[in-house]
Amino acid sequence: MPDPTPAPTLSPAEVERIALLARLDLTEDEKSRYAGQLSAILEYAATLMTVNVDDIPPTATVLDARNVMRAEDIPAPGLSREEALANAPRTDGASFEVQATFDNGD
Amino acid sequence: MNLCALTIHEARASLGAGHVTATALTRACLTRIHALNPRLNAFLTVNADEALQQAAAADERLRREGAAAFNDQPLLGVPLGIKDVLSTRGLRTTAGSRILEHYTPAWDATCVARLRAAGAVLLGKTNTDEFAMGSSTENSAFGVTRNPWDEARVPGGSSGGSAAAVAADLCCAALGSDTGGSVRQPAALCGITGLKNSYGRVSRYGLIAYASSLDSVGVLAKDARDAAIMLEVIAGHDPHDSTSAARPVEGWEQALNGDIRGLRIGVPREYFIPGMQPEVTEAVRAGIETLRSLGASVIDISLPSTTLALPVYYLIATAEASANLARFDSVRYGLRVPGADLVDTYRKTRGAGFGAEVKRRIMLGTYALSAGYYDAYYVRAQKVRTLIKQEFERAFAQVDLIVAPTSPTTAFKIGEKADDPIQMYLSDIFTLTMNLAGICGVSIPCGFDTAGLPIGMQLMGAAFDEKTVLRAADAFQRNTEWHLRKPAL
Repeated sequence: MPDPTPAPTLSPAEVERIALLARLDLTEDEKSRYAGQLSAILEYAATLMTVNVDDIPPTATVLDARNVMRAEDIPAPGLSREEALANAPRTDGASFEVQATFDNGD
Repeated sequence: MNLCALTIHEARASLGAGHVTATALTRACLTRIHALNPRLNAFLTVNADEALQQAAAADERLRREGAAAFNDQPLLGVPLGIKDVLSTRGLRTTAGSRILEHYTPAWDATCVARLRAAGAVLLGKTNTDEFAMGSSTENSAFGVTRNPWDEARVPGGSSGGSAAAVAADLCCAALGSDTGGSVRQPAALCGITGLKNSYGRVSRYGLIAYASSLDSVGVLAKDARDAAIMLEVIAGHDPHDSTSAARPVEGWEQALNGDIRGLRIGVPREYFIPGMQPEVTEAVRAGIETLRSLGASVIDISLPSTTLALPVYYLIATAEASANLARFDSVRYGLRVPGADLVDTYRKTRGAGFGAEVKRRIMLGTYALSAGYYDAYYVRAQKVRTLIKQEFERAFAQVDLIVAPTSPTTAFKIGEKADDPIQMYLSDIFTLTMNLAGICGVSIPCGFDTAGLPIGMQLMGAAFDEKTVLRAADAFQRNTEWHLRKPAL
């Protein structure tokens, strides 16, 4: 099956959709700037659509190694709780603190 | 004697003979950083206290054992810079980003740990484009680094801080990282030697990830011999990085015998293109003639997929970046800007914490991986990557080394390309291919343009053939003096 031809021009709605997927809050100015710049980059990338890649496998890594396993699981000291929490924006001294993900009825 | 101008091998000779102490050498570097860094902005964090402690420890061992101490600590007392995308235990590591402005790692990157074990003095952390995304260091959240040859110009990037620091003699050598040219291009623009290792040669553990299938740790140095010395320390398998290759650490310095007779050099016509600076073409052609005069044979080759490398790179690298940078969620480390709910907190934090180029690349990568476009963009780019890799493999069946310009121009002016991403991306057009193919190479100085700016020549070798690359670079440097020129500061 041939690859679908992607639409190279991004609409403001599409930029907002991507920004939400990427967890980025963008200003209106950024949205309009990125819409133009990303469209230009995608148009440039469209040269790849002309290359014949039938029967060419994709390269995800240049190494021959696949599914590398640890030789054996050797216990080693890890970070202390204090070290692990040292860079956290908010902690209660024992855990990372974040906003509730689920509505618990409070 | 200007201590700061010493190469690693010169510093070792002086330290081993007792002509200079590590403390004096380190103090000289710190003094020079203090004097020049306000102008150059090469270092983001200076590690003065710890560096002096490391120097004192080195001096103690050198006093006891002399040069024999280098047998198991080959960098004993040698002051180095570390690109600020490499984790350093107890020393702030920002990746050039607001989002990590106050981040202090609890562990060392493996390459940093190996430098410490080798006795090196860690002077501090060098400036970088944010998350190593850029070709000029203009994308650093902490200000641009200035090129020591002309402070109105960029040093290249993303390892621009390390390149400027080495070129300005603020340190003996520095670590960098190279995902699409980020060691070689700044080395070229700053007139120094930049080694990009084969993918997997050096552990990526503790390197803040940009594009995991392309990232490599590299070396910025004053000559090829120093690059070889550094590589021997940082190379080798690491159980913490399953993509680090189980290849032996070779005696790269020992292999520098100055002899390249019979070496077959390929010159790819696709790397000499209309629109590039004529002086770059001339200097690289002259450099190739020098290699021929040393006994190498030169043949014209073709790598026709070269023109496809840029779009392939910007789809693959941004796709991987969009996944890698998802970890910056304001939970375990980094900036947090509270929002109405958790998703809003993520969005506000990342919107405020990332700079324009990082957001642009995350957006592009997210798009390339999103439903409906994954096959058309990402998988297609991976297939074209296969073609590029195969082309290099065929070429290296024919030649031992491929020689080309590192960058199509010398250093450009600060601000010149800042508003046009594609123009900026084009400055890496000759370096991206190597990361896609996973091969190794070095950029070495081969001349200067009429404005007095350095020109870099790139020697590319087959995967894991650092030995040939370094031997050729060293042979060139034994017979030329381009690498010995210093900027007037």
